[in-house]
Parts: sequence; structure tokens; C-alpha cells
Amino acid sequence: MPDAGYVLRRLLQMVPTLTFILVVTFVLVRLLPGDPLSAIAGDRVTDAQVAQARAAYGLDQPVLVQFGLYVKRVITGDLGRSLIAQVPVWTLVGQRLPPTLLLTGMATGIAVALAVPLAFISALRRGRASDLVIRGAFQIGLSMPVFYIGLVLLTVFSAQLRWFPVGGYGDGWGDRVYHLFLPALTLGVSLAAVLMRNLRSAIIDVLGAEYVDFARAKGLAPRIVLTRHVLRNALISTVALLGPTVGTLLGGAVITEAVFAIPGVGRLMIDSIYGRDYPVIQGLSLTLALVVSLVFLLTDLLQAALDPRTAG
Amino acid sequence: MTAAEDVLSRPRQHRPRRRMRPPPINWTFAAGAAILLAAILLAIAPGAFAPYEPTKFDYKAILKGPSAAHLFGSDNFGRDILSRTIWAFRVDLQIALFGTLFPVLFGTLVGAAVGYAGGWAQVVFGRVVDAVVTFPFLVLIIAIVAVLGPGLINLYIAVSTVGWVFYARIVAAEVAVQRRLDYAAAGRVMGYSTARILLRHILPNAITAAIVYWMTDMALCILLGSSLGYLGLGAQPPTAEWGVLIADGKNYMRTAWWISIFPGLAIVITGLGFSLLGDGLADMLRPRR
Repeated sequence: MPDAGYVLRRLLQMVPTLTFILVVTFVLVRLLPGDPLSAIAGDRVTDAQVAQARAAYGLDQPVLVQFGLYVKRVITGDLGRSLIAQVPVWTLVGQRLPPTLLLTGMATGIAVALAVPLAFISALRRGRASDLVIRGAFQIGLSMPVFYIGLVLLTVFSAQLRWFPVGGYGDGWGDRVYHLFLPALTLGVSLAAVLMRNLRSAIIDVLGAEYVDFARAKGLAPRIVLTRHVLRNALISTVALLGPTVGTLLGGAVITEAVFAIPGVGRLMIDSIYGRDYPVIQGLSLTLALVVSLVFLLTDLLQAALDPRTAG
Repeated sequence: MTAAEDVLSRPRQHRPRRRMRPPPINWTFAAGAAILLAAILLAIAPGAFAPYEPTKFDYKAILKGPSAAHLFGSDNFGRDILSRTIWAFRVDLQIALFGTLFPVLFGTLVGAAVGYAGGWAQVVFGRVVDAVVTFPFLVLIIAIVAVLGPGLINLYIAVSTVGWVFYARIVAAEVAVQRRLDYAAAGRVMGYSTARILLRHILPNAITAAIVYWMTDMALCILLGSSLGYLGLGAQPPTAEWGVLIADGKNYMRTAWWISIFPGLAIVITGLGFSLLGDGLADMLRPRR
């Protein structure tokens, strides 16, 4: 396990990140043309209600005080109310987050399952036909927009072959996994392309490392050298990559959910944009940024546990 | 006769002067450049290549599959998909350029300044980068577009607000290395101004990685622009933009697949062009050791 000092330092690094997230989500709503109140309260209000809300939201206070109030609200778990659904934003987020997390989790699993073996084949057979084919396929995967992959998979496997449902989110875990398989594959292909590209060069580096030569020289079976030495070290770089890609992954999830009509936060985000439901947009941006920074933290700690050198 | 005498007794040959060998052709670069040149040509003069007006309705050719008259088929208004795909080159390449121009310029300057200053500037900047990278990029862009309203101009504003950070990070790291090298010290000893050392000497050596990233970034920007177009947050119909075109056809995928499939291929090929160009550039610009 990484030592307490590293964990503490890593936790301290969260402070500027969290501050930034709060500032951005605070400023976001203030960028709106006109009074932010009109966005928070909606159109159908009287002057008296406006004045009341103005005081309630502290909009008559200086900006810094307002920011303080915002931070206080966020810390106490009050993200405001949705203008459309008329329920607390937090409730909506709570309902919509699980499908998104399951989707991104499955996508990560699929991406790793695709990228690791293919990166291995590609690295071990460098320059040969199989390497070129794998790299070419992933290069194309990298240039393909997520919604396009989704649309094609949806048409072929759901509409034509009827192997999978055309969208939505099932009841019960097995059904959910079944419903989310195609969307997760859609999202996973793009991620696999990124992972595979980096993993391939990581494996090539590891293959040339002295400790691998040494393992071979002391007569270990090639299979053992590959699994115990090469795979382990290459996986560390994969874990390191998962952190930074999770933001991209969540972005992709927003689009995938739109294509497959999955009731996750991405779909909520798009619906809120069409409905100009600003408290929800603000609360969602905040939540997603928090999720990403948490995953960052976890992957950093995991990496430090796998490879003590990085916890320097 | 000894070997030395043998050499000396030979008539002096006029050996041809060793010419600089032309560098081997970088095929990755050449392929990328060819694709992009074709794309740029289509973007500059779409009218010369498109067989029909991109927005012209033709009620006699509704939802027709690929044929000699309509190579890529036609949509539910009888519009020619090939023509629409060609006209979209102009919009999407514009997204690639305008979405990255400010980030490249501003990010490079900030990165150069931060990398050259070092010390606290770099520490503070590092924290800013960490924080920005933590924010899910697309979610932030979508949120900004949500607040500013849909459309291409707001898309550029949104991308520019965030995008420069990545260039600044790349350039700062490279400048921080270069400024410690002897030639930078020589510049200082010769009394050159900081601006001159930085802009004329260090930056040309430090900018390679940023330029290579620029190519990837333009491809990413097209992906982003078309995604927003697909969601209805980017270019607005009836503008021919690849994402918008794909969204146009999404309800006809089973019966008229060509409406969405061909614009998507245009995205893939253009994206491939940028990646190949970037990879080729990286090979060519990499200092030989």
C-alpha cells in the first residue's frame, strides 16, 4: 500500500481541483445573459417573488459572498431544484447516476478486454501483418465518432438482427447488463483505441527492459516472463491511463445515452439543455467533475499501490 | 607494391561530390497530406465537385438508394447526399481550424512564458492544468454551449476556453527543458532580450510536440463538432455538417442507411488524414539521434 504521506499529499492536491470545479460551476450560470435569477426562478414569477427569491438566493450580496453561499449550499448537499421536474436536483442526479456509472464501468471493462490482448499481439508481432491490421483497425476506431459507432451497432444488432434491445435500461441486474451491452461496446471501442495505442508502446518498452532480459536469461519460460513481468508492468501504465481518460469516457457516455435512450445523467444533461433547466445543468456539471476527480484519485492510489516508484 | 602505393599510383579519380541524399519519403505523412489536400480542395470549392445544390429539394427522388444519378443516394427531401457531404467539408474543416486556432496560439505563448519563468509560475500552472484536466472536457463544453446557446460561434468560444490548456502544458514542459541548454545560455551571455531568446531560439525547438498535438486536436475537434451537431447543439440545420447529416438519417437507418453512413465515412477519412499527418510529422520532426 502507498504510505500515508503520499495519500495525504494526493488528498491535498484535491483542494485546488475542487475549488476550480466550484468556481467554474458557479460562473457557468452567471454567464447567462441577464439576471441569473430569471434562470433559477423561471419566467412565470411576480415582482414580489423575484425580490423574495433574490434575497433567498443572496443575489443582493456581493459576488464573493454569493460564492460563499453557493459553496455552503453545495457542502450541505443542496444543489437547488429542477425547474422542470420540480424536485431537488440531487434527487434527479441520484436517480440518473447509476445507469451512467454502470455504462462507463462496463465500457471500461470491454475496452481493457479488447485492448490488452490486442496490444500484446501487436507489440510481440511488431511490423508484421497482424500488427498492421490491429493498428489500422484501431486508428479507424479512433477517428470514428461515438454516435456513429452507436448508430451502426444499433441498426445492425438491434434493429436488423434483433439480438439486443433498441435502447433503454432494463429491470434487475442481468437485464440491465443486457440492455447496456451495445452502448458499452460503442463507448468501449473508442476507449480501447486510446488504451491500445499507449499500451502497445508500453509493452515494447518493457520488452526491451533489462529485467526482462534477466528473467529470460535465468531460464524462465517465455510464458511466465510475459505474464509475470511484461503484463504486470504494462498493466500499470494502463491503470495510469484510465484516470485521465475517464473524463473523455463520461463525455462519450453523454452522447451514447442520447443514441441509445438510456436514462442516465448524459440524457438528463441534454434534456436539461433543451429545457433550459439551469440548476440541473449546474448540479450535473458539478457532480460529473466530482466523479472524475474521485476516479483520478483512485487510479493514482491504485497505481501507487501497484508501482511504489510513482508515489515519490 | 604496398597498399598505400597502390592507392597513390592510381590516377586521381574525380569523385562525384557527395550530394545530400533526399530524405526518404515518409509515406504516413504523404498519405495524410494527400487526404487533407483533397479535403481542403473540397472545402474551398464544393460547388465545383458537388453534382447538386446541397439544400435543393427534389420530390421525384425521395429516399433513393445510391445510383448513377445520386452516387450516395438521396434523403427524405430528395436532397443529394453526395452534395451535402461535400458541402459539409467546408463547415467541418472550418470547425477544425477555428476550434483550434486560438488554443494553439494562446496556449503556446502561455506555455512558453510559464516554462521559461519556471519556479512558482510552473507550480501554479501545474495546479491549474490538473484542475482543468479533471473537468470532463465534453461535459464542460456542452455546459458552456448550453449556457451560451447552440451554434458554431458558441462552440468555438467553448472549445477555446478550455483547449489552450493542453497546448500550454505541452509547450511549458518542452521550454522548461530547452531553457537549460547551452544555446539558451549563450543567447543570454550575448545579451539577447528574453523575448528574442524565447521566441526566436527556444520556441522553434520546443514547439514540435505542440504541432503534432495540433493535428490530433483538429481531428478531435471535428469529432466534437459533429457530436454537438448530432445532438442539435452545434451547427444548425439545414447547414450541411456531418453530424447534422448523420442525425438527419438516424430514423431511416433501416430503410435508407446511405443518409447517415456516407457522411460518417467522411468524418472517419478526414480524421484518419489528420492522424496520419500528425504521426508522419512526429516521425519527421523527431530529432535524429
